[in-house]
Amino acid sequence: MCDTCGCNITHGNERLIKPGGKLEKTASGKEAVTVLHSLLHENDHTAQHNRQHFDQHNVLAINLMSSPGAGKTALLETTIQQLRDDPKGKDLKIAVIEGDLETENDAERIRKYGVEAIQITTGSACHLDAHMIHQALHNLDLSNFDIVFIENVGNLVCPASFDLGQHSNVVLLSVPEGDDKPAKYPVMFRSADLVLISKCDLLPVLDDFNAETAKRYMHDIASTAPVLELSSKDKTGISLWLDWLMQQVAVRKAWLEDHPEIVVQGNDHHHQQHHHYHGKSNV
Amino acid sequence: MHELSICQSLMNQVEQIAAQRHASSVISIILGIGPLAGVETQLLKNAYPIASVGTIAEDAELIIESLPLRVKCNECGTESDVLPNKLICKKCGDWKTTLVSGDELMLMSVELECANDGEQQETTENMDNIVDKNLH
Repeated sequence: MCDTCGCNITHGNERLIKPGGKLEKTASGKEAVTVLHSLLHENDHTAQHNRQHFDQHNVLAINLMSSPGAGKTALLETTIQQLRDDPKGKDLKIAVIEGDLETENDAERIRKYGVEAIQITTGSACHLDAHMIHQALHNLDLSNFDIVFIENVGNLVCPASFDLGQHSNVVLLSVPEGDDKPAKYPVMFRSADLVLISKCDLLPVLDDFNAETAKRYMHDIASTAPVLELSSKDKTGISLWLDWLMQQVAVRKAWLEDHPEIVVQGNDHHHQQHHHYHGKSNV
Repeated sequence: MHELSICQSLMNQVEQIAAQRHASSVISIILGIGPLAGVETQLLKNAYPIASVGTIAEDAELIIESLPLRVKCNECGTESDVLPNKLICKKCGDWKTTLVSGDELMLMSVELECANDGEQQETTENMDNIVDKNLH
């Protein structure tokens, strides 16, 4: 919601604003200030700022979310390798921002492929927020990249609430987790622009997982996100994921061609050279 | 447990509003939260005393309005009250629906005790200006 045109007045809250509602003027000596802003306004504002930076440098930003161990890092490893073998993908330059509570392990896995990776360790925080990404962007020269993957903290709850400035949310659902995860975590799965059923090589041994059931649960939460089945191990379905990815790159490029004022010409506008005031990050 | 960080963000907003109005204290804070906001109301209530300690809103009452979860069917246009994992049209059963209300996570209003009583004030905040100042 935009916070300016009144579209944040919804069917849910308009009864509070109408005369006689709880938000009407209060007794004298006191002042009731109607605010109607998202509680995450500060985060959302920084996220929008991050998104502008991605757009200015013609970078597609993808936020990968899942429960811990669903295969986000393995998917990135396979993606990096497969793109290099792909005639359309081999020129795409990738960077990864890794979020974990502790360790540099995931960033090190990515760096082994010669890909730049920035590790954010959140300590006890269960999600990445826009301020952390903003901080990470200071160490990343976006003019060198086409795609930035943000691998969020493994968690199907909290990351769904925090916009990071990404263009798309990709949510992984691994076969061992069970096909009813979209029904159990509707907020997370509703946020998905694409759902990847990962570890499909395990389907022969975990035959109680039914991809069609997962898709039915996605419909129950009114999601129109495509659901792809893949395995980073035996590479089944990876080409469908790469097709989706390259389509997103094309969509971004087409959008930016229609908005030439957004893209930075030359190297005169590096995020790293910005002077920003940084408030403390919300954790 | 992201409710604590959401609560801290709330405190930042409330403190900025109170400072702008030269309020002496914050009496109450009203939030509007829908079932698909991804926030547990009780956890937010538990986090509030931790986040508000030492702020101008330390003694404020936190009032949380639970907002309804409603969808509108893209096919037949019917509006239905639904459950968070069953957002389908209750009339025709179609799953292609649009959320009308239910994902709000909103600071609705703040009640302030103001020193200079009676002064006419704007009724809506422009938080963008405040945040912009912090970011650039």
